[in-house]
Amino acid sequence: MTTHHESQVPATTEEPLANPGLPEHTWRPTDVHESAEKRAERQVASLYGASAVFTLLFVVAYFSLDVDDNWTTFGGYGASTVALGACLGAALLCIGIGTIQWARKLMADHEMVEMRHAVRSSDEDRQETLAALDAGAGESGITRRPLIRNSLLGAVGLLGVPAVVLLRDLGPTPGQVANAEEGTGLEHTIWAEGVRVVRDVVGTPIRPGDLIIGDLVNAVPDGLFDLEGIELQQQKAKAAVIVVKMEPGDIIPGEGREDWSVDGIQVYSKICSHVGCPISLYERTTHHVLCPCHQSTFDLADSAKVVFGPAARPLPQLPLSVDGEGYLVAQSDFTEPVGPSYWERNA
Amino acid sequence: MSIDTSKVADTNGTSSSSAAKPTKAGVVANWADERLGLATAMKKNLRKVFPDHWSFMLGEVALWSFVVLLLTGVFLTLWFDPSMAEGEYTGSYDPMRGVEMSQSMKSTLEISFDVRGGLLMRQMHHWAAMIFIASMMVHMMRVYFTGAYRKPREINWVIGCLLLFLGTIEGFTGYSLPDDLLSGTGVRAADGFMKATPVVGSYMSFFLFGGEFPGDSIIPRLYVMHVLLIPGILLGLVAAHMLLLVYHKHTQWPGPGKTEANVVGFPMLPVYAAKAGGFFFIVFGTIALMGGLMTINPIWKYGPYDPTKVTAGSQPDWYMGWPDGLLRIIPGWETELPGGYLISWNVMIPILILPPLMLTVLLLLPFIEAWITGDKREHHLLERPRNRPTQTALMVALMTFYGLSWAAGGNDIIAIKLDLSINQITYFMRAAVFIGPVIAFIIARRWCISLQRHDEGKLLHGYETGVIMRAPDGGYSEKHLPISEAEAYTLTARDRETPWSPEREIDENGVPAPNSRLNSLRAKLSTLMYADNVQKPTAEELDEARHHAEHELALQTAMDGVSADGHQFDGTHPVEGESLRGGH
Repeated sequence: MTTHHESQVPATTEEPLANPGLPEHTWRPTDVHESAEKRAERQVASLYGASAVFTLLFVVAYFSLDVDDNWTTFGGYGASTVALGACLGAALLCIGIGTIQWARKLMADHEMVEMRHAVRSSDEDRQETLAALDAGAGESGITRRPLIRNSLLGAVGLLGVPAVVLLRDLGPTPGQVANAEEGTGLEHTIWAEGVRVVRDVVGTPIRPGDLIIGDLVNAVPDGLFDLEGIELQQQKAKAAVIVVKMEPGDIIPGEGREDWSVDGIQVYSKICSHVGCPISLYERTTHHVLCPCHQSTFDLADSAKVVFGPAARPLPQLPLSVDGEGYLVAQSDFTEPVGPSYWERNA
Repeated sequence: MSIDTSKVADTNGTSSSSAAKPTKAGVVANWADERLGLATAMKKNLRKVFPDHWSFMLGEVALWSFVVLLLTGVFLTLWFDPSMAEGEYTGSYDPMRGVEMSQSMKSTLEISFDVRGGLLMRQMHHWAAMIFIASMMVHMMRVYFTGAYRKPREINWVIGCLLLFLGTIEGFTGYSLPDDLLSGTGVRAADGFMKATPVVGSYMSFFLFGGEFPGDSIIPRLYVMHVLLIPGILLGLVAAHMLLLVYHKHTQWPGPGKTEANVVGFPMLPVYAAKAGGFFFIVFGTIALMGGLMTINPIWKYGPYDPTKVTAGSQPDWYMGWPDGLLRIIPGWETELPGGYLISWNVMIPILILPPLMLTVLLLLPFIEAWITGDKREHHLLERPRNRPTQTALMVALMTFYGLSWAAGGNDIIAIKLDLSINQITYFMRAAVFIGPVIAFIIARRWCISLQRHDEGKLLHGYETGVIMRAPDGGYSEKHLPISEAEAYTLTARDRETPWSPEREIDENGVPAPNSRLNSLRAKLSTLMYADNVQKPTAEELDEARHHAEHELALQTAMDGVSADGHQFDGTHPVEGESLRGGH
């Protein structure tokens, strides 16, 4: 190991000050007073002892505190979690603080100087490596036999293809699952002509007279709850709607949508056209509905046009009518894909 | 301590009278060395010198929290079931009993309420993840602000950037696993992001989700990425990061005795091993306390994911916040190409373009700087942020952009807490993300330069004592005293910079680099980078200033020992019986 004298750097004419070299080492109280040294030793050992106590307390807490029915204690954290965390934390911190105290007070604190080595290899090493590479390349003949080299590169490169092809069955393509009858795929839902609009969760059908002006009801297509598992989740993610009633005169019907509402009742997709969050924050006086995720705001009186936020397209509207028994039904499926945009959406 | 007399020589021979009997440890060491050659490998590294500074600990926080993540993560896998099969919850948590949910949500509730220490480990895992990413970011800023990324450490900078990027992805895949309402909403948004990819978007979404969103494949697939794929890559990159650190040896702050050619500090064994080992326990212990005392991600309050439900105030984990903020403030731009194909700029710009662009900019910073400066030397001494005003200002500008975007991700929370209009916050942010970084750049750069001037003043004229002197003619001045030699040397221990110009690169035929457009851009950037910086004084300037200061002090010595010489405040002589007003 070198000493600090070697690190002295001669002053160049440019340098205003010469490197004064490492400062004198100063002794710590624990280096010169035996009492201070003993005290530090006791501190470190006590911290290690305390750690052992906390570890034992951790085990005691593990076996004595129930986890299942006391989650409301200690502000909802649960006595077991609080005790285990506090004991484990204290046990670990005592070891950590003790060890650092040991290093700072008792271990030698002489600064040492080590010289750096050049990161780059020496010229001789470079020459030798190049020579070895040349010898290897020459003996294999890889440079002289381009036919072998190129056919090998081609063969190995082609092996990338199985790696990609093997992933093909990760999932079907959008086209493979598209089925208007079953309401599958990006462009279809289980909404169809005559499907009743029923309330979310409870599943009861809705008569126009059940709603008063200003209402917003979360709804789904009748028959949704007959589905199970993935199909249920997939349809929920596409077919969920909001039913709103406003003064019929407030509605500015979209082109070709004049007969899509019933007594001022309109139905829109609940799935945001931005990235697909469900929407239902409704302000009845302005007829604006706000997406809680990214704050896109749609005007439900005006074909759900975007009035604010990052969404680029209105919420799709469901053509609405009333069936023979006077319940709200769909005239057809949505006339455009619901949910987030995608490349071939309008193709 | 008793002395082992058997080993004391009792003859005048040159070898000990009794052969040393190998200890048990010696036997083991010999066995291992004969098979692994450990002694040769370790002889230099055991006493390897590491320089000491508090800021070198930030990367250690990241390393140790990563270890805590591995430990707590293994514990969680023992109970977690990454399945999307639905079933009724029947566990201990009363408010959720009877609710239909996926196995992953159910097993997460089981870990939280029926496994002793399970909630502790879950919360420790989540807190450790937050600390891991936060400390990587702070560590990265330390490295940037001090110039530690310069040659020969550019590759380690690149590895560090990749670690930060992968850590973020790892965090996203991790917090999505419980399949609760909050994280499910995040996965729903991720589906929208994928679908916004031109040409292949819907295919990517269908392949990842195994069909239509949500399907039943996404959680198992995120799980294998979270526990195997990404941690494996992270481990490899961490190992490479540490190996390069050891090979390059750590950078150090300039100061007396420190040069570009040496490392001054404490040896790995015992001091650094103890400090770093002890610090592991401190990080671990702190995370354990946080996991025990601070609730994080209480999925039982959110409930299971349902594609028709969402809560207001849905926020991703903080490190995903800045792209989310950009997503919130971007206008609804969408372009329809002929044939009905859509380009969703409103999703692509904030999510698919800007975050990778930010990563690319970070990755390229060392290389761009090296190109502008033309500097090909190795750098092992750190720079103070003030002595690199343009680079510091650049990072401050990036941080401002990040911070504003991040704040925009909480625009709904800001609106509620500060009683503001969400629309106005959004409009403000749309402008602020462009203007803010420019203002921050200018302020940070000028601030650095004025700090440099302050340093120069200290070096040339001494430090401000705070003692105001009144001259006989009534003028006031502040008394300056010289700074210590060590401090003065530290202030001058930095490079003298000259802007790059084509003339500086003379080739072997004596012809300067061609005055191409690229070279003139390079010269301009170099001028912007350096021209306003305060350079350290030359030896003559410093000499002259010191003579001047000595002269000033000499003029003031008449006052020494007298009232108001200034020294009664620094303990040089007592103040009893002295009055500043001289007897009045």
